[in-house]
Amino acid sequence: MSNRTLSGQAAIVGIGATEFSKNSGRSEMQLAVECVTQALADAGIDPSEVDGISTFTMDNNPEIEVFREIGGKELKMFSRIHYGGGAACGTVQQAAMAVATGVCEVVVVYRAMNERSEYRFGAGMQDTAAEPDFETAHYGWYIPHGLVTPASWVAMNAQRYLHETGATSEDFGRVAVAAREFAATNPNAWFYEQPITLEDHQNSRWIAEPLRLLDCCQESDGGVALVITSAERAKKLNKEPALIKGAAQGACDDPQMMTHFYRQDITRLTEVGLVAKQLYKQAGLTPDDIQSAIIYDHFTPFVLTQLEEFGFADKGKAKDFVRNGEIKMGGRLPINMHGGQLGEAYIHGMNGIAEAVRQIRGEAVNQVDKVENMIVSAGTGVPTSGLILGKG
Amino acid sequence: MTDQNNNKELEALMAETLGVRVGPHKSWDPVNQPMIRHWAQAMGDQNPMYTDPEYAANSSEGSTIAPPTMLQAWTMRGVTGQHAPGTRERTAEQPYVLDILDEYGFVGVVAVNCDQEYFRTLKPGDDISHYMEIESISEKKDTALGTGYFVTELWTFVDQNEEKVGEMRFRLLKFIPPKSDNKPQSSGSSKPKKAVRPRPGINRDNRFFWEGLKEGKLLIQRCKSCETLRHPPSPMCPSCRSLERDAVEASGNGVIHSFVNLHHPALPAFDEPNPIALVELEEGTRLVAGLVGIEPEDVKIGMAVKAEITQCDEELTLALFRPVEA
Repeated sequence: MSNRTLSGQAAIVGIGATEFSKNSGRSEMQLAVECVTQALADAGIDPSEVDGISTFTMDNNPEIEVFREIGGKELKMFSRIHYGGGAACGTVQQAAMAVATGVCEVVVVYRAMNERSEYRFGAGMQDTAAEPDFETAHYGWYIPHGLVTPASWVAMNAQRYLHETGATSEDFGRVAVAAREFAATNPNAWFYEQPITLEDHQNSRWIAEPLRLLDCCQESDGGVALVITSAERAKKLNKEPALIKGAAQGACDDPQMMTHFYRQDITRLTEVGLVAKQLYKQAGLTPDDIQSAIIYDHFTPFVLTQLEEFGFADKGKAKDFVRNGEIKMGGRLPINMHGGQLGEAYIHGMNGIAEAVRQIRGEAVNQVDKVENMIVSAGTGVPTSGLILGKG
Repeated sequence: MTDQNNNKELEALMAETLGVRVGPHKSWDPVNQPMIRHWAQAMGDQNPMYTDPEYAANSSEGSTIAPPTMLQAWTMRGVTGQHAPGTRERTAEQPYVLDILDEYGFVGVVAVNCDQEYFRTLKPGDDISHYMEIESISEKKDTALGTGYFVTELWTFVDQNEEKVGEMRFRLLKFIPPKSDNKPQSSGSSKPKKAVRPRPGINRDNRFFWEGLKEGKLLIQRCKSCETLRHPPSPMCPSCRSLERDAVEASGNGVIHSFVNLHHPALPAFDEPNPIALVELEEGTRLVAGLVGIEPEDVKIGMAVKAEITQCDEELTLALFRPVEA
């Protein structure tokens, strides 16, 4: 029992991405195969070697078609992870487990979407057909009252968070300002050279009060892929590997899809706490061992909550952490150096994992000094997942 | 004067406007890189031919070009409505056909379509003007919007050498709006008849709740085995795993545990901002519901509220909540 561990068995050895835009001008499938082959080239692994694939249930590109187009030969594992952006690090966990157990040798994970030009998750569920399936019925508790968007669901938790912690809209704003500051110096970011001030944030319009426009991430077109193989093989490949020291999923405490309104304390993200607990245990690390993090930022309020759940701030105290500039370069825990989903692009968290790999390699545009270990989180407000990546 | 005479008079007046060329309408600025960049950014068009001088230098054009679809932008008057210097404005001898149609009651207007043709690429430094003439006017047509005439304007764009660089055909329908008894109220604050609210998906697990509302009751599911109350409903009791269940009627008294004032998206069935609360009922369960009888800015966590079972439309009855007077 004691020697069963996922930690250190596999590594991310290749990253690939398309450009990030508002209109890719091509199909989601094309984005998928572009980023997948780019990630394999980055790793120096021939596409014909891919024998495992994992992606999101929300991805529209079937694993077998991606596999067919890249010239795959034998696919031995294919899986889909549910719950929107909560899947991001879960796909890497699937890959690591498949590699660690010897089921697969080379696993590719990807997320490719025309989320701005073709789908727009942010537009709302107001036109949902009243079907009897569970998830549609679930949203039936909210949409007849006008609570139809992801922003509106997060706002419900955020309002209570402000009430209980004394945090303010400006504290949410500090998260956005920090992200846009990093994006401003990342040429791949949609908001390259477009920083914002706290005043800009405070002047941005209400979307779902207490969320302002600049508390909400972008809607983006683009694709990101990662290649995972064994730690052993990783040593012989092109790039410095990002060792998977921890990989976890979590759902607990009356879990709901975006609407955890019924648990006793709705200001917490207990599933993130569950992920954090597993990650630290798997990796044998504590928050003190983590130099930097990718904290999923679809909406700013949950960045504060995640900092608390990962143990970087006490409950209700993340506001002080961001007020002190601890999430910026030179702070205790610089986060989202690519600009996050607020600043770079919203690729359901996969672009954040790629950034963590660049940080571990030391090749990021906004490079943090002396990075040994990084936390990466996934979509929140939903069953979620996380990683600890580090130097081998 | 009969309608028919009226039409003849109108059509004669309109015919005189055909082919009368008005202009030139000058540009405030020559074709320039900053406006090109703003346009490309606003459109999300990343073609480097528009904005990247190095890239464009190596192309067959030899330098950056303006997006062809910007054609109409160069000679626009801008927000003040003033004409650019050098513009020759329409004179009294050149009546505008749309003004004539207004006088005859064809006050409705809708743009129908717009076609542009480009004869050469425009580059920074080009100085663009346009001339406009009425190319054609249709016979009187009955349309879904009302009776009217289709008018086609021909815009000719020329450069600093008066050489034609592009053309635009812009077609409008000018029509008599049908008489209506449901005119929008001038006060403007209340909307016309609202669209229906989004429907819930109803299934075998939650049907009792929605049917309860139609009978005027706000129900909370109860486990028949351990008597724990639960919402949202589910077939199995998470406390004791029993599948046996019934429901109790809630008193309707509750407290606002949290709330959202929804501004965006604007939904036809709701006012904005739309206050929506997470209500904790005195029985202990919570549910999400719209608030009535309170201004969004006055909503506070901890406020006492009472359910008001409301028939929102023929099919949908909801429990909305109203603050209880202290």
